[in-house]
Amino acid sequence: MLGKLTWGAIPFDQPIPLFAGAFVIVVVIAVLAFITIKGWIPYLWSEWVTSVDHKRIGVMYITLGMVMLLRGFIDAIMMRSQQAIAFQSQGYLPPEHYNQIFSAHGTIMIFFVAMPLVIGFMNFVVPLQLGVRDVAFPTLNSVSFWLNATGALLVNISLVVGEFARTGWLPFPPLSELTYSPGVGVDYYLWAIQISGVGTLMTGVNFVTTILKIHAPGMTYMRMPVFTWTALASNLLIVAAFPVLTATLAMLTLDRYLGFHFFTNEAGGNLMMFMNLIWVWGHPEVYILILPAFGVYSEVVATFSRKSLFGYRSMVLATLTICVISFMVWLHHFFTMGAGATVNAVFGIASMVIAVPTGVKIYNWLFTMYGGRIVYATPMLWTIGFMVTFVIGGLTGVLVAVPPADFMLHNSLFLVAHFHNVIIGGVVFAMFAAYTYWFPKAFGFRLHEGWGKAAFWCWFFGFYLAFVPLYVTGLMGMTRRMQHYDVPEWRPWLLVAALGAAVVLAGIFCQVAQLVVSIRDREKLRDLTGDPWMGRTLEWSTSSPPPAFNFAVLPQVESLDDYWRSARLAESGKGPTAEPDYQPIEMPRNSPTGFICAFFATFAGFAMIWQIWWLVIVSLLGAFATFVVFAWRDRTEYEIPAAEVARIDRENRRARGEALATAEALS
Amino acid sequence: MILRGGVRRLFKLAPFGAALFLSGCDWALLDPKGPVADANRQILVDSVAIMLAIVIPTIVATLAAAWWFRSSNTRAQYLPDFEYSGALEMIVWAIPLLTIMLLGGVAWIGSHDLDPAKPLASKEDPLNVQVVSLDWKWLFIYPDQHVASVNRLVIPAGTPVHFTLTSGSVMTAFFVPQLGSMIYTMNRMGTQLHLLADNPGTFHGLATQLSGDGFADMHFEVVSTTEQDFYQWLGQARGSGEDLTSDRYKELSKQSIVPEPIMFKTVEDGLFTKILDQTLPPGPGPIAETNPGAAARNRK
Repeated sequence: MLGKLTWGAIPFDQPIPLFAGAFVIVVVIAVLAFITIKGWIPYLWSEWVTSVDHKRIGVMYITLGMVMLLRGFIDAIMMRSQQAIAFQSQGYLPPEHYNQIFSAHGTIMIFFVAMPLVIGFMNFVVPLQLGVRDVAFPTLNSVSFWLNATGALLVNISLVVGEFARTGWLPFPPLSELTYSPGVGVDYYLWAIQISGVGTLMTGVNFVTTILKIHAPGMTYMRMPVFTWTALASNLLIVAAFPVLTATLAMLTLDRYLGFHFFTNEAGGNLMMFMNLIWVWGHPEVYILILPAFGVYSEVVATFSRKSLFGYRSMVLATLTICVISFMVWLHHFFTMGAGATVNAVFGIASMVIAVPTGVKIYNWLFTMYGGRIVYATPMLWTIGFMVTFVIGGLTGVLVAVPPADFMLHNSLFLVAHFHNVIIGGVVFAMFAAYTYWFPKAFGFRLHEGWGKAAFWCWFFGFYLAFVPLYVTGLMGMTRRMQHYDVPEWRPWLLVAALGAAVVLAGIFCQVAQLVVSIRDREKLRDLTGDPWMGRTLEWSTSSPPPAFNFAVLPQVESLDDYWRSARLAESGKGPTAEPDYQPIEMPRNSPTGFICAFFATFAGFAMIWQIWWLVIVSLLGAFATFVVFAWRDRTEYEIPAAEVARIDRENRRARGEALATAEALS
Repeated sequence: MILRGGVRRLFKLAPFGAALFLSGCDWALLDPKGPVADANRQILVDSVAIMLAIVIPTIVATLAAAWWFRSSNTRAQYLPDFEYSGALEMIVWAIPLLTIMLLGGVAWIGSHDLDPAKPLASKEDPLNVQVVSLDWKWLFIYPDQHVASVNRLVIPAGTPVHFTLTSGSVMTAFFVPQLGSMIYTMNRMGTQLHLLADNPGTFHGLATQLSGDGFADMHFEVVSTTEQDFYQWLGQARGSGEDLTSDRYKELSKQSIVPEPIMFKTVEDGLFTKILDQTLPPGPGPIAETNPGAAARNRK
């Protein structure tokens, strides 16, 4: 009846996961109870869960990413403390548990923190920057989000029911094959990633279509903000790379479930096929994350330098160059497989070539600051912190692209330090910059600056304190994923790294405090202008938060940074201030399709993991029925009457005008 | 203000950092004991030096521009229209491009010189060693001497060693940091590696690709000896220990952690080939209904 699922799946004998799981369950029940008692369920259901508004979906993605960041960070703290303790001893985490923790840490941080954050900001920002009302396929967008949440949920269920993969964040065969990993851990990984991967692929299709096909009038390609350009490149990579991930994991699934031999030791299977295929996805994945991060920095550095971005066309060219080359370098992840010298050299040099457009970007940001009037708001601190940190990560990255150096550094803690250097210093810093930068647009009030700056300094120094020691232990020959070790020279560095993790923890504490304080003081931090930073792009031309339809009248774009120019014109009294001619607006109707699909997908994934076949069939039928019902819908849109549009817009214009007048009077 | 505070904090940390860095002689990768590791290290150091030549000025320029053009600095010029310069764009593309061309040359030459499969130039004939990674131990077979050992690799100093490597189980990687170049071991596939130890000494070797619950215990000792001591060791090996037969190998290929090195006085002919062509099947993995990780720990 329940397949492989028995009471034995619940780790009653292991206190750490049991208590962690119990704690999470209690918190979830408490939150749900609170929401129910407060009577918020109808509101949440109609305004958020079933929403197809790209802004709401964006906020939900970001919330998911932030919550999962806490989970992933707890894993990080456990790893750092285990390695700090486990010198000539077993520490407090046995290998079968420790291996799950680093596997979960990587999986969560990439798939359920970095991806939701990046996709969340693309959701929130891209349609606003393009000056349009929504993405190309709003309901599909909701389905994407909820499938991503399903993946995250499955990973978290594995904490309490069964186990997670012990094979690293990429399940390399033959270790991940049934012979060597007979438990359900790898199956949890496979189904969580497959389901969320389908969601990501649909996001890619959605955004490529949106950016290529839906623009405000006059928004030509060379007038698109750089963040939107990077979002386009990132989504092109998603469309090209994620099918490879899906196919690769499907092959491993066939190996495990139906006795195929794609990657097994026996019967002609070849593990290096998996290595090649997974990195054909895995390397572009890095750029799927970092390109939008570069876009964020481009927006932030221009805004807070009070200048246009230096070398816009170079930036676009660099972005697309990275997009293309990122597909030609996957082999640098396994130089040590013993390929010929020329193969290694070619892939090594190709990898280095990516440093060229990346270097161009760094210099262009530098020249953007040159001649600017730099305002040190929190997003700008993250950006400068990034520029300094990222060039170091770039250096070590190019270093491991030199095959003979990689022969020494492959899989070492030096490598671990390198990719954390570029992912934390690149992607995570960008996400925090973006969070502070666009928060007032989403909620109508700014985040508290003091706590934000404190968070930055803790993260910045915490990062160096945590990862410089890992560079060093890497140079001492320490490999990654060691549950314990006997080499005394490594120990002091691992203690310092644990201290660094504690400093980052302080940073995270500051961020939680920042959010709480900001919500408490929201009236003091209120922004009625819709443009708290003197922004440059179209999202700042509408109110904060924007109305459901984003723009009462679609903006007419005449140049790059059009909003900045027209706002400056308006300030000097020359700009158009006349009220536009309001028209009724058609908007997509909310739909529970995404939530219901994900509901069934969760059961389908769980049932596949535990081989509860009847439940698999029921869930798949349910998901298909949901799709059919959606496809047969009669009304897809609703109309907002012109009078309503006019009422909302007049109210926003009035508030904005008053706020600007007050600001002028104060200055 | 905040930037200045940050800089001050950095200076306070400096002596502490310097003290840790000065203990650099413990850094295995920077303390090579053979020509391959030495060449690897040289390439590593050269590449870092080439890149630092542009990375340090870039960091300094970034901080300088960020500081000088702060909005409160009334002496800084405001150039709101400085958003394009053809000459600067040329330079901006040229600097990283030239650096990468230089480094690309290093990578190309280095890859060919240090190809792990390339024999080392030496007057001595190389010693052949066949390496089999197992769950979770290393088997070293000396095919010409007909002896074998587990978790202890004894080699004569000054003689090149030709390793042929495979895996009797999952994939992992063979690495002796002070001798250089790691390489994967993969079931049904053989990889080649050539290393040499300059002088007698004892080095740490380890597996560098996650191979399961016993991974952290999958390290071994490399003992480089004088030629005389090597023959003495061979004599010792032949005089004691067990026979490495197919049956003994099957026993060995089961998941376990080996706390003390094992010696084998004889090795069945063609054992390595049998592992490579799967006449001897790959390791069985965890035995059902037990917890191999816990069992292995209890044995230790």
